[in-house]
This record gives sequence, structure tokens and C-alpha cells, in this order.
Amino acid sequence: MSAQTDQTSRSLSGIRWTRVLLYAVLIGFAVFYLIPVYILLVTGLKSFDEVSLATMWNLPSSISLDSFVKAWTGGEAAEGFGGLASFGGLGKNFVNSLWLTIPATIISAMIGSINGYLLTKWKFRGSDILFIFLLFGMFIPYQSILIPLMQVLSAVGLSGTMPGLIACHVIYGISITTLIFRNYYAAVPTELIEASRIDGANIFGIYWYVLFPLSVPGFVVVMIWQFTQIWNDFLFAVTVIGNPDLQPITVALNNLAGSMIVEWNVQMAGALIAAIPTLLVYILLGRFFVRGLMAGSLKG
Amino acid sequence: MNSRKERILSIALVSPSILAIAIFVYGFIGWSVRVSLSQWKGLLPDYTWAGLKNYIGLFSDPRFMIDIKNTLIFTFTFMAGCLLLGLLLALLLDQGLKAEGFFRSVYLFPMAISFIVTGVVWRWLMNPAAGTRMSGLNLLFTNLGLDFLVNQWHTTPKWGIAAIALAAVWQMSGYTMAMYLAGLRAIPDELREAARVDGATEWQITRHVIWPLLRPVTLAAVIILGHISLKIYDLVVAMTGPGPGFATDVPAYFMWETTFQANRFNRGAAIAIVLLVLVAILIVPYLARTTTTEDES
Repeated sequence: MSAQTDQTSRSLSGIRWTRVLLYAVLIGFAVFYLIPVYILLVTGLKSFDEVSLATMWNLPSSISLDSFVKAWTGGEAAEGFGGLASFGGLGKNFVNSLWLTIPATIISAMIGSINGYLLTKWKFRGSDILFIFLLFGMFIPYQSILIPLMQVLSAVGLSGTMPGLIACHVIYGISITTLIFRNYYAAVPTELIEASRIDGANIFGIYWYVLFPLSVPGFVVVMIWQFTQIWNDFLFAVTVIGNPDLQPITVALNNLAGSMIVEWNVQMAGALIAAIPTLLVYILLGRFFVRGLMAGSLKG
Repeated sequence: MNSRKERILSIALVSPSILAIAIFVYGFIGWSVRVSLSQWKGLLPDYTWAGLKNYIGLFSDPRFMIDIKNTLIFTFTFMAGCLLLGLLLALLLDQGLKAEGFFRSVYLFPMAISFIVTGVVWRWLMNPAAGTRMSGLNLLFTNLGLDFLVNQWHTTPKWGIAAIALAAVWQMSGYTMAMYLAGLRAIPDELREAARVDGATEWQITRHVIWPLLRPVTLAAVIILGHISLKIYDLVVAMTGPGPGFATDVPAYFMWETTFQANRFNRGAAIAIVLLVLVAILIVPYLARTTTTEDES
């Protein structure tokens, strides 16, 4: 064997070893990120008899959906509280969250699309300054507008109602949806717009016949972003809606877990129920989710 | 090119949004400032002038001082964790692996769930109970023979807030990774190749070629993570609340409790405005810079 081939095979095996090490490290980190999912799943799937803090890391000996059923439909409080208290399940709150999230997402995507179009294709003097003015709204701590917001919502009779909460998300979503669509439409060639103008299309025609058909990926990014934000929101929800029957799932889950009257396996099942819609969206459309995320750091 | 009529039309169409932001962001901020300078305690608004009394009272309140300290510890732990982990993961994933997409998705998925869900799970993972009632990560560490890692988590005196920051790192470090990965992808391969030809080691390339080029990403990440940690609220609510002796209290929690539970609207507004000023100091220069460089290019 010549010296040369010896050296090649040594460096090849060197590469292989670094690959193995690399994968080992990557798998180690994957375990770190997946630990909470493991705990959610194994705890949620255990039967009530089997649940105990001392064996929380063990796999269930048989699959039971009791915790999920109880988290969804409600029932008696845990032992020690029995007969004293009961809790309503998260099922109705899950439905509330859908009634909140779907309309708010659709409305704010449409507003963002129109703003993005006007700010890129119909630039007027000061439109860039206006854009910065809009953007700041994305970063403010909402605590700094919460007191006036509650005053105005009560004054117009929307305090404690779903339309009131939808309005909050639509208004404070204007900044981010406009930003994402502005970045998206900036990539559409202006020649396309000019050509349709020469063909006689007006401001609405250009949007409807030229830009809107090209907007599907933009809409997907914005709608995923808004869906995730609104579904996961807690601050607006807990401030605007006091009635437990109307609350979105984040608030109900927090009440359920915070009151400590419910077994912890039911809390875990409830947490998983609250996480499933956005997780599903992430698993199915993760690519678009990441694009929205990057727009949020202004690097669209 | 645009006709006058359409120019006016385009301004008219965008103006409802501008108006909404003008009122609901800027107008409301002004209104909050006014509340913070008033004597409004109780359910009915009272705009009697109080000058800076609420701010002076706030800064002499020991609870607020603890909140500031907690915010500093939280911010430091959270940022250091996210930046180090994010950069490390991005560098590891940028090696042209077949399974890159899979690992990236796993590291990033916590971004899709709410701070409330994260808080509920991590509260059980970070259960500080000892002895026979030991559970969560402490139990896992003991079973694995890593007893030195067993700790009191959020009940650790003075540093309890750092435990909450760890849960936040779990949630947001994937985001930092995604930012760094995007930054790495933007660096042309020729630069690495040129350095390799010049005889630089992989470490030297990372240290002296890649890292300086990632500086804008690091800056963006610091700003984004910084303003998130100033605003942190949901995670604290779900994990611990303010804790004994306000060990895990934060300004956002203090604000909500003061305003909507104690009905001290004047004090609550003052906390909110302090928060806003801190966020603005961080965000405004960044916004101005990012948007102006965008226009130059």
C-alpha cells in the first residue's frame, strides 16, 4: 500500500468520525428541545391510576385518553378538592379561540395586503416615513396602550366581547401584516404594474387582476403568522375578556393550571390541546412560518 | 406617472390604517402618559393633575427595584443563552448535512407554541420539591447520576428569575438559530474558499471571516431578544407569578396587577410608560438604521 492511499483513507475516516460526532451533538440538542413534548405526551396518555410524579419519566404501560377527555369536557376537581369544586373543560375555549383567530387572521391579512400594495406600487412623498411610523406599532409593549384601550372598548360596548378582542388583534396586527406584504410586493417587478396601466387598468384593477393572483404565498406567510400570534396571545385575551365561558384557550389553560384544583396529567393534556393547532400549522407549513419569523426581525 | 386622481385615491385607501395606528398606538400612548400624571385610583377615571408623583413613587418602591434587577438578570440569561445556543446550532447545521431540515424544524418548533403552554410544562419540569416528592428535571438528573445539577430552580434565592429565562431560552433559541442560519447562507462560499487557499484553519475562518460578517445578525438578535425580555409577561404568569418576596416579579406583571387588580391606574400607567421608554431606546435607533439602509440599497 502506498503512502498516498494510506493518507487518503485516514482523512476519509477522519471526516466520517467528525460526522458521527456532529450528529451525536445534534441529536443531543434535539433531545433537549423535545423533552417537554415527551413529558406532555407520556403524561397525557397515562391512565389516572398510573400517574405519579415519581414515575413521570416512565412510558405509560397502556394508552389511555382519559386525561384528554377530562381536559376537554371538564369534570370534578382533583382528590382533596372533590365535591368542593368542578371545572369546565377546555373544549368550549378551544372553539372560542377558533372563533377569535380565524376572522381576525383573515381580516388582518386583507388589510396588510392592500397597505403593502399601496406603499410599494403607489409610493407617494413621505410613504417611507409613514412606513417607519407604522412599524413602531409592532414593537411597543401593549401595556402602554392597555388602559385607554379598555376605556374605549367599554365606551363602545365591546369590552368583554369577542368582536372587541378581534378588533384589538386586527388593529395591532396592521404593522406586521403591512411589513410582510410590503417586502413581498417589493419583489414584484414594477414593469408588470406599468404594463397593466398602459393597458388601461386602474388602481383596483391592477390589484385585483395582477397583484392578487400573485399573492398566494404572501397570504400564506401572513395568515400563518397572524394565526400563530393570535392563537397564542394571552395579554389582550386576559385583559379584554373576563367571562370564563368566552375566554380563549390560553387564558382558560392558565386558569386551569394555576388554580391547582386539577390533576397535573389533566393540565398536561390541556397544554397539548392548546398547542396542537399551531403545531399542526408549523409541521405542515413550516417553511412559510420561518419566512414570517424572519420578517419580524426586519430581514424579510 | 400616476395620475393625480389615483394618487389621491391611493392615499385615501391607506389612510384608514394610518389613522388607526395614529389613534390606537400614538394617541393611546399619549393618553397613557396623561393617566400616569393623574391621580386615577379606583374604577372611575380621575384626571386630577399629579405631576411626576407616580413616577417618583414608583422609583422609591422596593418592589419596582426588585423588578428592575429581575429584568436585568432575565435579559442577561435569556440573551446569552439564545445567542450562544443559536450561533452554535447554526454553525453545526451549516455543514451541508442531509438531515439539516429535520434538525432545524425540531430546534425551531417551540416558536410555534404559546408562552402559556411553555410555562405550564416547564413549571412541572422545574418542580423544586425535594426528597420523596422530587420530580421533573431534578428527578431525571438524580436518576442519571447527575446529582450536582439538582437545584431549586425558580425558588433559588435572588436568582430564581433565571430559571424562567431558561424556559424562554428553550422557546426562543431556535429563532436566533434561524436568524444566524440566514446570515450564514448570505455569506458567499468564495470567501471561505479564499481563506482556505491562504491556509486558514476552519476555526480561523469561523473566527476571523464568518463572525465579523455575522455582526449585523447579532445586533438584530440582541435588539429583538432584548425587547422581548423587557416585555416578558405570559411566561411568568404561567410558571410562577410574582413569587415569594417578588423573586420572579417583572415590570409587565407588576403593571397588570397594579392596574387591573388593584385599580391603581395612575401607578400602572407609569410602569407601562417606563417599559415603553426602555423598549423605544432599544428599538427606535435600530428601526431608523434598518429602514434607511434599506432605502440606500
